[in-house]
Amino acid sequence: MNIVVCVKQTFDTEAKIVLDANGQISSQGVNLIMNPYDEYAVEEALRIKEKQGSGEVIVVGMGGGPKSQDALRQALAMGADRAILLTDAAFEGSDEYAAANALAKAISGVQYDLILAGWRAIDDGSAQVASRLAEILGIPQVTVVTRLELAGGKATAYREIDGGVEVVEVSLPAVITVQKGINEPRYPSLQGIMKARKKELKQLSAQDLGIDTNLVGKSGARVQPRKFYLPPAKAGAKIVPGEAPEAAARLAQLLRSEAKVV
Amino acid sequence: MSKGIWVFAENNDGKVRKVTLEILSEARKIADQIGEEVAAVLLGKGVANLADTLGEYGADKVYLAEDEKLASYTTDAYTTVIARLIAEHQPTAFLVGNTAIGKDLAPRVAQRVKTGLASDCVGIKLEGNQLVFVRPIYAGKAFTEAIFADARPVMATIRPNVLPLAEPARGRKAEVAKVDVQLDASSLRTLIKEVIKQASGRPELTEANIIVSGGRGMKGPENFKILEELADVIGAAVGASRAAVDAGWREQKFQVGQTGKTVSPTLYIACGISGAIQHLAGMGSSKVIVAINKDPEANIFKVADYGIVGDLFEVVPVLTQEFKKMLAS
Ligand SMILES: Cc1cc2nc3c(=O)[nH]c(=O)nc-3n(C[C@H](O)[C@H](O)[C@H](O)COP(=O)(O)OP(=O)(O)OC[C@H]3O[C@@H](n4cnc5c(N)ncnc54)[C@H](O)[C@@H]3O)c2cc1C
Ligand SMILES: Nc1ncnc2c1ncn2[C@@H]1O[C@H](COP(=O)(O)O)[C@@H](O)[C@H]1O
Repeated sequence: MNIVVCVKQTFDTEAKIVLDANGQISSQGVNLIMNPYDEYAVEEALRIKEKQGSGEVIVVGMGGGPKSQDALRQALAMGADRAILLTDAAFEGSDEYAAANALAKAISGVQYDLILAGWRAIDDGSAQVASRLAEILGIPQVTVVTRLELAGGKATAYREIDGGVEVVEVSLPAVITVQKGINEPRYPSLQGIMKARKKELKQLSAQDLGIDTNLVGKSGARVQPRKFYLPPAKAGAKIVPGEAPEAAARLAQLLRSEAKVV
Repeated sequence: MSKGIWVFAENNDGKVRKVTLEILSEARKIADQIGEEVAAVLLGKGVANLADTLGEYGADKVYLAEDEKLASYTTDAYTTVIARLIAEHQPTAFLVGNTAIGKDLAPRVAQRVKTGLASDCVGIKLEGNQLVFVRPIYAGKAFTEAIFADARPVMATIRPNVLPLAEPARGRKAEVAKVDVQLDASSLRTLIKEVIKQASGRPELTEANIIVSGGRGMKGPENFKILEELADVIGAAVGASRAAVDAGWREQKFQVGQTGKTVSPTLYIACGISGAIQHLAGMGSSKVIVAINKDPEANIFKVADYGIVGDLFEVVPVLTQEFKKMLAS
């Protein structure tokens, strides 16, 4: 069974966000990581492959910049077999629609039985690209999955819903997006890191993909970010004085009569 | 051309979800300013009676699609029905709650009708005739304003609890337009085998007005009882930090933060939570934040509105008693 995993590189969760002189989000000095949910997706793919004893795990990413290979290299070091990086100035300024167009074009050139992705990327927080990909490829989706079982060409997925869990059966190929709880991702071993250096990481441009540049990047985007801003700084807490019981009683009063929230 | 602002009418257990009513309230205001109509898109089985509520909260029209195959939400069935309706009527906007269902549905519909989608928005602005969507990015560490060039409908998912709920206009009626549902069974590719309900009797975390959350400072799973007691007095949901979840004290679905739920209640009470940036990412947009922590240097005090520096095991039970007295009188 061949599994494609979509891997996005994002800012570290610790990253402090600042705007540059042009009012854009600055990536200066920001540590980049694999989107945490995509780590679960890679781990799940590797476990499936290990269990079945055959098949290929192909990681696919789109992104630019000198470090754009890092997240894919990490996936290779964890055990993925090969990687495809879509990188081209033509992809810059993509929204979720444009990103899905490019990823779908690349993935449609691969033999796959299952596509795994994170349920959302922690940078744009969209939770869109994987569903869009499924739609373009004409296959079903199951999102926000915390347990996945495969048998007889079908997947049984446990997905988080409001107030419970839904157990969904779907035939493959399908796109499954994963949520924390599905597994504990492994750390790449030293040997894994060494091996990863020799694994294939293919870089593809828009031209290599043979994709119409009107479908990707800024010209493909349906939505544009008009401006960015930072949330207003908070003044800091009003500390309610006194010993515990006294402070608690006073806090209850404040929440009722001053903040009017209880 | 005025073609309408559409709102997905999410419902469960025979009720329209609060987030839908919040969006309808806002859609009504916007529609009045630009002379559009508001339509609710109601799918399900035996849900026709909900049209009244939708009318009272601002819908002029309700597209009602009822069918056995729509009784429970599935991506394929709902996407097919809604995308067809959109293609037929070409609305200006389609707004959906950012709920478990909304998050699964909206991107699929957006892709099928080849439009954009602004996810998890916390505000809608009207500029001229253009809708501008305010959305948090980098887990609330920054915001952006999303605009649509010419793709229509403009689509957005809206975070629960951020748009103000209007007073319903009692007796206001919406015109009901029945939708002819034609769904080929073979086009429905997922099968719901089972729904495991986990009713706690408490409100859903993402919709709750008040959340009481516990972190590593709770010291063990059994101690969450004191938070549950407080929660039940003030009608709150109980959340947790990742440290509490990873320790196995609370289930994953209660985790608040960057790799958990994003919440924006009116009141968030953080007990024994240090206020790591990844936790703040999930609750920073709460209206009033209270921190109870014995470490005066804890980061949570920087974002909190009110704080008590003290032992939560002494503070929380008193708080519960005080609220009990207050709410009884
Ligand atoms: C990729 C990534 C994603 C993450 N996602 C999340 C996420 O979604 N949500 C999340 O919460 N975290 C997340 N984290 C983890 C985060 O960095 C912190 O480790 C975590 O939030 C700490 O939880 P805590 O505040 O409960 O524990 P601690 O940081 O250990 O804080 C415990 C606090 O309790 C106080 N305390 C102890 N005893 C008492 C007492 N008796 N009375 C009062 N106060 C007391 C202490 O003073 C301390 O401030 C993530 C981390 C990473 C790297
Ligand atoms: N540029 C990208 N490259 C590879 N995968 C991506 C990219 N953008 C999104 N994805 C995948 O889609 C998921 C959801 O992303 P998003 O819709 O941006 O929140 C991510 O967790 C990835 O698995």
